[in-house]
Amino acid sequence: MEATAHAASAGTEAHAAAPKRSWLFTRPTAKTGIVSWLTTVDHKKIGMLYGISALFFFLVGGFEALLIRIQLAVPNNTFISHQTYNEMFTMHATTMIFLAVMPLSAAFFNYIMPLQIGARDVAFPRLNGFAFWVFLAGAIILNIGWFVKSGAPDAGWFGYAPLTSKAYSDQFAGDMSTDLWIMGLQILGVSSVIGSLNFIVTIINMRAPGMTMMRLPVFTWMTLFTAFLIILSFPAITIALVELMMDRSFSSNFFEAAAGGLPILWQHLFWIFGHPEVYILILPAMGIISEILPTFSRKPLFGYPIIVFSGATIGFLGFGVWSHHMFTTGMGTMATAAFSLMTMAIAVPTGVKIFNWIGTLWGGHLQMRTPMMFALGFVWMFMFGGFSGIMHSAAPADAQQQDSYFVVAHFHYVLIGGSVFGLLAGIHYWFPLIFGRKVSEFWGKLSFWLIFIGFNVTFFPMHFLGLNGMPRRTAVYDGNMGWNDANLVSTIGAFILAIGIVVYFAVMIRTYFKGEKVKIDPWDARTLEWSLPTPPPEHNYDVLPTVHARDAYWYEKTHREEIAKEHAEHAKAEASHGGIHMPSQSWFPLFAAIGLLIGAIFFVNHMFEWAIGGAAIFVLGVYFWAAEGPGGYHVHLDGDDHHDGEKH
Amino acid sequence: MSTHAATDAIDHHHDHTTSTGIPNKKLFMWAFLASDCMFFGTLISTHLIYRLHQTPNSPDPKKLFSIDLTLFATFVLLVSSLLVALAVNASQKGATKSVRRLLLGTIVFGLTFLSCQVFEYGNFLHEGLTLSSSMFGTTFYTLTGTHGCHVAIGVFWLTLMYIRTFKPADERPWVLRSLGHLVVFAAVAVSCIITLVSAAHAIEEHGFTAAVLAHAGQHNIVTIAIALVGLGLLNWIGRTSKAVDFGEANAIDIESLGLYWHFIDIVWIVIFTVVYLLEFL
Repeated sequence: MEATAHAASAGTEAHAAAPKRSWLFTRPTAKTGIVSWLTTVDHKKIGMLYGISALFFFLVGGFEALLIRIQLAVPNNTFISHQTYNEMFTMHATTMIFLAVMPLSAAFFNYIMPLQIGARDVAFPRLNGFAFWVFLAGAIILNIGWFVKSGAPDAGWFGYAPLTSKAYSDQFAGDMSTDLWIMGLQILGVSSVIGSLNFIVTIINMRAPGMTMMRLPVFTWMTLFTAFLIILSFPAITIALVELMMDRSFSSNFFEAAAGGLPILWQHLFWIFGHPEVYILILPAMGIISEILPTFSRKPLFGYPIIVFSGATIGFLGFGVWSHHMFTTGMGTMATAAFSLMTMAIAVPTGVKIFNWIGTLWGGHLQMRTPMMFALGFVWMFMFGGFSGIMHSAAPADAQQQDSYFVVAHFHYVLIGGSVFGLLAGIHYWFPLIFGRKVSEFWGKLSFWLIFIGFNVTFFPMHFLGLNGMPRRTAVYDGNMGWNDANLVSTIGAFILAIGIVVYFAVMIRTYFKGEKVKIDPWDARTLEWSLPTPPPEHNYDVLPTVHARDAYWYEKTHREEIAKEHAEHAKAEASHGGIHMPSQSWFPLFAAIGLLIGAIFFVNHMFEWAIGGAAIFVLGVYFWAAEGPGGYHVHLDGDDHHDGEKH
Repeated sequence: MSTHAATDAIDHHHDHTTSTGIPNKKLFMWAFLASDCMFFGTLISTHLIYRLHQTPNSPDPKKLFSIDLTLFATFVLLVSSLLVALAVNASQKGATKSVRRLLLGTIVFGLTFLSCQVFEYGNFLHEGLTLSSSMFGTTFYTLTGTHGCHVAIGVFWLTLMYIRTFKPADERPWVLRSLGHLVVFAAVAVSCIITLVSAAHAIEEHGFTAAVLAHAGQHNIVTIAIALVGLGLLNWIGRTSKAVDFGEANAIDIESLGLYWHFIDIVWIVIFTVVYLLEFL
């Protein structure tokens, strides 16, 4: 509670002397309108910014996927060129991973996690805003390619050397598509690491009284593990990208085979990041599922500590399995056997989680609401993806499946059937909390079935395509390969899936304007965020909650008198300390991020003098940021407001 | 805040507003350093892997390295770590004057280290080692250069912290003045490094004689003048007796900075061992 604590002593005094502050450091106070969004430090607003951007890029990535499927619908198709096809699969993967699933997870981390631990904001509110603006800068840089001559990045989402070297990727002088990819990922990495450091400090240090670590909701636990995975795995790709950037911009030799460079080193560095990244994508979804299943089974989560420790084990083992992406590179028997075993071992904690979820459902009074449908879809589809994953862990089998459509089927089952189903479930689950309205069950379930059927029709045939030898990243195939039917079915499935997604979002938009209004706690849930009015006020909690049990809100609902008394006491104590402390808004996170964006754009164009100018704006932004100080103001609740939080 | 610090005793080892008692900034810095460990781990691994896959055009590092110079630089960096530790200690006691002196000492030692690195790079470039000349050049410059960037960022941060100690207690506008302070400081630092490094190169080539020194002095007359004027300005800006808004409450900021500075020191010890000493085994 950095900001809160410090400014409790400094903030009030600073405000008393406010008139003397220069215009530069006058804090914006707008609560609505564009300025309130540009300068926001509210974790809920930042969460929504993440969510909206992520959903936008989710649709962009989906559109790219549809173009790929149209091209593959029939043999010898000429719908798009090979070059465009390469750009499509590169940007489809990069967009979906870094610009859709990760930020959508970050949206939930931002919005939900502080509410679940009973905090009023994250530990460093301005830094949180900065992480979002840096994310947006990275997203812009990755997508600039569509609008310039160079075209979008086209070397595949894992950018294997030497495809990314100047000799192979620069089609003409000044081709910057690969530079855009490098710089975009680099900046997205900065954003993810900064955001994650903030979440780690928030979860460890800003829990409400009584919220011990073993009382944390599982979603918060998974946020913590994901954050640790991010800060420990992103440095590997940061260095790999720095080395590649040095090669491309300053003629060093890291991955230049002619000068003694080892392209295989790129693969190792990339997958040391890339495999933990897989868990970065799936753990948040597992956390969401672990919130939804107990709520709609009317039971506490089965085996809470085991689920938590399984999450930790997955995160830990996730750092020791990267070379299973490289079984066919000839690492030697020993290394291959070791990575094979580790990969099989990681299935154990995953299986443990699945059994715990089944244990949660077992004997529960299941309520088949839309979030629950998506959650059950997750468990089933993720298991499917897991099974084909275990098949890959056997190196001899993997040698057959490597780079075939079987792998494409596998990772779409874990990424769509897993991560995306989990996130779509989360949107449905928390929509009433965030917007105060509920999606109609009919339309919600219709979108679920369309998505579920479309997804399976698209990706299930790909298993057979892969086993029949169709390599991934094939832009054109001949009609006599025996792949025609499965590809056509797959393309039809992709359109069913697309219709499902359109229905899903159309219903969301309609619900936002016209949906049925809900009161507090529409699902009769267990975690603290549901004790808040819908939507929650800016300061979250009128009185910081005191936690007495693992399912904190459930305890509150069953011990109303005790909690009411406690709240009254704490409210008095807090009022005597000057009321609710809130962090002040600031322009400088945005300012600094714009500097970064300008510098990065000049850098990818190899205009290094101008790039220094961008860096100078960034440094100046950080300087002003430090000089303006944390700031802060106090909210005093009048009697009427106060009752909102207590409504039964 | 310094006025509050005098009345309320601050417990520097326990922050009662956080769940764990660890101040947020400190926890943030520890988590960041964990991340930075992986960062340098990857870079150092790259160097070591390519050490096992030497290319024929690789120079003999034993002939290239001047181990005396690097040993000196290492020693300087270690002493700077001691100074920053003392600065943390002084800040926890609210002794702003000695905080300033110790921060300045750390900055000077940090800049000395950077000068040694610039001098070394100059020699290596003279020997024909560049980023693209061989794989050794590629990994050596990238690894030590990244570490050098970390030191430079550390020096920049130390300088900002030093300037921060002059923030007046009243609400007078101060930011523009502090920016001016920073510009003067940067000018002094850069011109000192240029002067010293070119003098060192001259001495190395022609021996340590009065004539060589005089020639080097003439050659660098502009940078020497900037350095001298700048030092005078710094001294003038630094002579303040007014109350400042800096005290015990800021100890956590200096402690975070100190953690970072110790970390880049430790990284250097590893680099010194595996990049330099390993070649002489």
